[in-house]
Amino acid sequence: MSKFEFPASILSRPVYGTLEARAGASHLFIADAEGAAAIFDVATPDLMARAHIIYITKGGDYEGALRALNPAQFYAGPSYSAAEQRIHKTFLDAKMGLQVYLSGTEGLMGQAQQAAMQAGIPHTAIQTEHRGSTARRMQCVHCKGITEDVATDPFQCSHCGLHLFVRDHYSRRLAAYQAVCIDAEDPGNVPTAKGLYE
Amino acid sequence: MSGAEKIVVKVTDVVAVNELVTRFRFKRTDGGLLPTFSGGAHTVVEMQDGDITRLNPYSLMSDPMDQNAYTISVRRDDEGRGGSRFMHSKVKIGDEMTISYPVNLFSLDLRAKKHLFIAGGIGITPFLAQIKQLERFNGHWELHYACRSLALGSYVDELQAHHSNETHVYFDDQKQTIDLVKLLEGQPLGTHVYVCGPKGMIGWVRATAQAEGWPLEAIHYEEFLAPQPGKPFEVKLAISNKVVQVSEDESLLEALERAGVDAPYLCRGGACGQCETNVIDYSGTFIHRDHWLDEAELSSGKKIMPCVSRFEGKTLVLDR
Repeated sequence: MSKFEFPASILSRPVYGTLEARAGASHLFIADAEGAAAIFDVATPDLMARAHIIYITKGGDYEGALRALNPAQFYAGPSYSAAEQRIHKTFLDAKMGLQVYLSGTEGLMGQAQQAAMQAGIPHTAIQTEHRGSTARRMQCVHCKGITEDVATDPFQCSHCGLHLFVRDHYSRRLAAYQAVCIDAEDPGNVPTAKGLYE
Repeated sequence: MSGAEKIVVKVTDVVAVNELVTRFRFKRTDGGLLPTFSGGAHTVVEMQDGDITRLNPYSLMSDPMDQNAYTISVRRDDEGRGGSRFMHSKVKIGDEMTISYPVNLFSLDLRAKKHLFIAGGIGITPFLAQIKQLERFNGHWELHYACRSLALGSYVDELQAHHSNETHVYFDDQKQTIDLVKLLEGQPLGTHVYVCGPKGMIGWVRATAQAEGWPLEAIHYEEFLAPQPGKPFEVKLAISNKVVQVSEDESLLEALERAGVDAPYLCRGGACGQCETNVIDYSGTFIHRDHWLDEAELSSGKKIMPCVSRFEGKTLVLDR
């Protein structure tokens, strides 16, 4: 499973690293789909004994393998929305020293980072590793609606229907990239959609 | 002129808090209001001690919103270079003094869900102002304060009277110590820890918090380093074209100022980075004492912080 190398971009664009086990009393892993593979790379019996894994399957088939790591606590759910209550409750009850490890798609890592930041963890202290799909979570700057898993540029807003250009301008507060109307000056002149990074 | 802007004040109170600590209160001589500040700020007090001008930083301990007066507490250090002795023995009610505008290098991170204060001895002073600031908007805080004994525990009575639930005091003479690991482990997510006290205590809290997995951004500390005396040395100043002798008990920064060089400074305690100076040439050993330069810079021989650091050797040429 190779990792995708994102091209260099503007400062606003998040940069992801490689998970590494850090000192701490407890360890929270939040991953989706192929993000599971990043957990396999750092998992040791010792670390798993103090770990809570929240896994969003997104149709992936890693649930069994993650369960086999024997973490102290394990949850698998179909989507971020389904897991959201659990994630917020976990942060609410957590003590200082908790280490947060996020892996998988940008949308998952962004939303989990947003929840961690709201709980008081500085974003720089949260580890991330990108795995799997390069699709993005986009906010339409016009209607403010969020469209998940955007894989093409331009794309059509799932809320207001405008044709939107995918920008690298990212908001940690919203956990989304910004998308701007592509045919505002010449309505109807919409370029053919291409896959991101193509 | 380097440093923060100056304010001329009159001493309106000199109160012995205990055997070692004296509190001073300053009001503007022109009757105007002082600037508000934020908890953790310090002021640099100018002392005219004979021929020597001493500039020492002291944490402001009064209510940050009180514009009528500032108060500081000074612990007498008989081993030091004389600034605190001067404050204790020479400064009287009615004296006119010059202090700097407040500068804060130890401010609260207001994103914190909770503020955990750890103080040792006179290190309590910045927390007194921070507590007053937090109380204004019902902030969540807790203080753990270690002091030698009840008799030397500055402001213990006041803290226990007003904030008995938040204040935890540990007396060395009763063998009471902070159970730091347990204290840190129990803190809710989003807590920031602040430590002010002796060097050993600061190092202990920082190292323990890091080992417990606290993010660096949630660990705050302040230690004013008084410049330590050392062997006299000579410094050549390339820009001012001067050769200055630094005597045993003056700092390099003080020697530059004595020679009429307007060198930048702010905290005079090795913390703020304002006085960072490039070294052009040297032959000898640096005695770095600051908290500012990183490991690579310290060993590079290219930087020095003249407020607290010294030099031993033949030649030192500075870009100043």
